[in-house]
Amino acid sequence: MKKDIILAGVGGQGILSIATVIGSAALQQGLHLKQAEVHGMSQRGGDVQSNLRLSSAPIYSDLIPRGGADLIVSLEPMEALRYLPYLAPDGWIITNTAPLVNIPDYPPMDAVLAELGKQPHVVALDVDALAKDLGAPRAANMVLLGAMAALLRILEPDALREGIRRVFARKGDAVVESNIKAFDAGLEHAQNKQQ
Amino acid sequence: MELDNPVIFCNFTGDNRCIMADKQLLLGDEALALGALHAGLTGVYAYPGTPSTEITEYIQAHPLTRERAVHCAWSSNEKTAMEGALGVSYAGKRALVCMKHVGMNVCADPLMGSAMVGANGGLVVAACDDPSMHSSQNEQDSRFWGTFGMMPVFEPSSQQEAYVMTRAAFDYSEKRGIPVILRLTTRMAHSRAVVEPWDEIREQNALKYPENPRQWVDLPVNARVRNRQLIRDYAQFEEDAAASPFNFLKDGPDHSLGVIACGIAYNYLMENYPDGCPYPVLKISQYPFPKALVRELAGMVETVLVLEEGQPLLEERLCGVLDPGIVVHGRLDGSVNRDGELTPDAVRAALGLPALPVQPASAVVAPRPPALCMGCGHRDFFTALNNVLRDYEGARVFGDIGCYTLGWMPPFRALHTCVEMGASVTMAQGAAYCGTWPAVAVIGDSTFTHSGMTGLLDAVNTDADIVVCISDNLTTGMTGGQDSAGTGRLEAICEGLGVPRAHIRTIVPLPKNYPEMEQVIREEIEYHGVSVVISRRECIQTAKRHAKK
Repeated sequence: MKKDIILAGVGGQGILSIATVIGSAALQQGLHLKQAEVHGMSQRGGDVQSNLRLSSAPIYSDLIPRGGADLIVSLEPMEALRYLPYLAPDGWIITNTAPLVNIPDYPPMDAVLAELGKQPHVVALDVDALAKDLGAPRAANMVLLGAMAALLRILEPDALREGIRRVFARKGDAVVESNIKAFDAGLEHAQNKQQ
Repeated sequence: MELDNPVIFCNFTGDNRCIMADKQLLLGDEALALGALHAGLTGVYAYPGTPSTEITEYIQAHPLTRERAVHCAWSSNEKTAMEGALGVSYAGKRALVCMKHVGMNVCADPLMGSAMVGANGGLVVAACDDPSMHSSQNEQDSRFWGTFGMMPVFEPSSQQEAYVMTRAAFDYSEKRGIPVILRLTTRMAHSRAVVEPWDEIREQNALKYPENPRQWVDLPVNARVRNRQLIRDYAQFEEDAAASPFNFLKDGPDHSLGVIACGIAYNYLMENYPDGCPYPVLKISQYPFPKALVRELAGMVETVLVLEEGQPLLEERLCGVLDPGIVVHGRLDGSVNRDGELTPDAVRAALGLPALPVQPASAVVAPRPPALCMGCGHRDFFTALNNVLRDYEGARVFGDIGCYTLGWMPPFRALHTCVEMGASVTMAQGAAYCGTWPAVAVIGDSTFTHSGMTGLLDAVNTDADIVVCISDNLTTGMTGGQDSAGTGRLEAICEGLGVPRAHIRTIVPLPKNYPEMEQVIREEIEYHGVSVVISRRECIQTAKRHAKK
C-alpha cells in the first residue's frame, strides 16, 4: 500500500507540523517515508508545498509524479488548486476554505470555491473556524490532519493520535489534548462528509 | 531500505559493523551531519546557505557535539570556513565544511589549495546544489570542482546513503590524503526519510601533524612535485571509483537501452520500474566517473541515456570515452530538460514511457511570490530610501544577497542589481567612478561581514562617493536566523576600515521614524565620500523566537 500526498499552504502557515505528526506515526508503524520540503527564500509568505510519500514498500523518488498524488491537503483553498496537475484521477482534495490573502490579485472567493466544486472528490472545511470554536485556534493544522485521516487509510487514526501525543508531549498535557480534540473534530467532519 | 542496493547495509571500510541503532527520520542534510558526528568529527565550519544550513544546525543541536566539544560556530564566510577546516585537517583531525553551491566560488581559493596540500585528517566539503534555483542565483553543478581541482566527489542517492557515505568520505579522505567533495542537491538535502545509524560511534582522531610537511607549503618548488603526484593520484581515484560499492552496474533483460544514473537521478529512474529496471543500469555516486564501467555498459547496448541532476557533466565527457557509433541521449539532445532539476515526469518521458493522465493547471490560481514579512525592518528602510531617491533622478541602488533582495519586487522596486555576496558595495564604487550619483549600496549585516567589508575598504581607499546602507536585522535572516558575525560591532568595523565617524549613521526603521530616516539618508547622499547608514532593527522572526524563550 502506498499514499502520495501533497501538503500545500503559504509560508508560515505550518504545513510542516502536519508532516511531523505523520512522520512520527509512520516511523512507529514501520512504514517507508520520503518527505521533500522547500526551505529558504520561498518560505517568505510565498506558496509552499511538501511532497509526502508513505508506503509499505521501499520508495525511490522524493518527488511525486504529475497525476500521481492520492491526496492534496491544503491549509489554503487557492493553494489546493495550484497542484491540480499532480492529482491522480481518483485522488482527493482536503482543504481549508479560509483564504489567506497576502497578494493584490487574489481571485474572488466564489471563483475559488467554484473551481474546487468542479473536482469530484473534495473535503472542504473552515479549519480556522472549527479550531476557534473548540477553543484551540492554534490547532487548525490538526483539524486538517483529522479530516485527512478519514481518507489516509495507510495510517489509522489511533496511530496519528499517538503521533500527536509524541510530537506535542514536551508542550504539556493541555496542548496535547487540545490538538487531539482538534484532530477528532476534523476526522468527524470528513467522515460525515463522505457518507 | 532499498533492498536491491546492498551498499547501504554494509560499511565502506569493509569491516562488519552493521549493528543498527534506532531508526530516525532525517533530512539528507541531517543524515550527512549525523554521519560526520559518528565518523569522529572534530569541527564543522560553515556559512549558512540554502539548502546546506541544516547540516550545521543539526550538529550544533546534537548532544555528541557538546560531549566532545565539536567546533560548530558559524564562520564569517565560506572561505574562512574552508581555511578553518583545513587547519583542523593539518592537525590530523576530521573536519567538515558546508555551504551552498555558490559558496564554493567564495572558497575556491582554499578549496583548490587544499587539493594541492592534501588532507591529513579527513576533510569533507559538503556542497549543496540548488538546480531549479528554489533559493539561489544560479544552477552551477559542484561536481565540476572535482574535475577542476582533481578531487574525488561523492554523491548520495538516498538519505541512508548520505549517512553511510559521509563516513566513507572521511575514511577515503584519510586513506588517499585528499579532500572529498560531498555533493547534495535540494531534493536530497531537504527531503526526509528513515535512516538507520550504526551503534558504533568512531572516536575522534588524536593530534597528528602531516608526515610530509613540505607538501603543506604550497610554494612552486613543492607545488610542482605535488601537482605531478596529484595527477597520478587522480588516476587512482578513478580506479577506486570503479571498485566503489557506491557505483554499480546492474544488467537487465532489455539491451535496447542502457541508463547511466548519477546520484538521485537513480531514484527517478527506479520510480518508473517498481519491479526492477528492464535495461542495464550504471549507478554512479562516486567520481571521477569510472570510464571502465561506462565502457562496459556501452558494450552491451547501442543507445545510452544519461540521467544526472544539474549540468550535463558526465554526458559531455562521454565523447572520447564511447565508441562513436553509440547514441547518447540526455540533457544535451533535449531528451531530458536542459536546465532545471530532474523530476520523475521528465525521466519518465526520457525513458519513452507514456505520461500519467494529468488535469490542466487551474486558471483561477494566482502566483504567490515570496515577500518581506509584514512588520519587517527592511520594509521600512526601503520605504524611507524610496521617498528620498524620488528626488534624485540619476540614483542607482546596488543590491545584495538576502531577504532584502525581495526589495526588488513590488511594491518597493527599490533595487537595480543583485549578483553575489558583497557585490553591492563594490559595484556602487565602480558605478560611482563612472559618474553614477547617488550610488547607493544596500547590504545586510551578515552579508556585509561575509564579503562586504573588503569592498568597503576599497571604497575608502579610493574615496568613492557612495552611500552604503547596512540593513542590520541582527541575524542571518533568509536562512532562518543564524548568528551574524558582526552583531553589535558594525559601527566599530566601519570606523576601523576608515569610514569617518561622522558619516557612520544609525537609524531605526519604523514608520514613526520616516522623517528622521529620510533626513539621515539625504544628508549622507549629499556628503561626497564614503558614508555608511546602518538601519538597525531585529528580524521579526528571530524577535518572535526570542520572545518565546
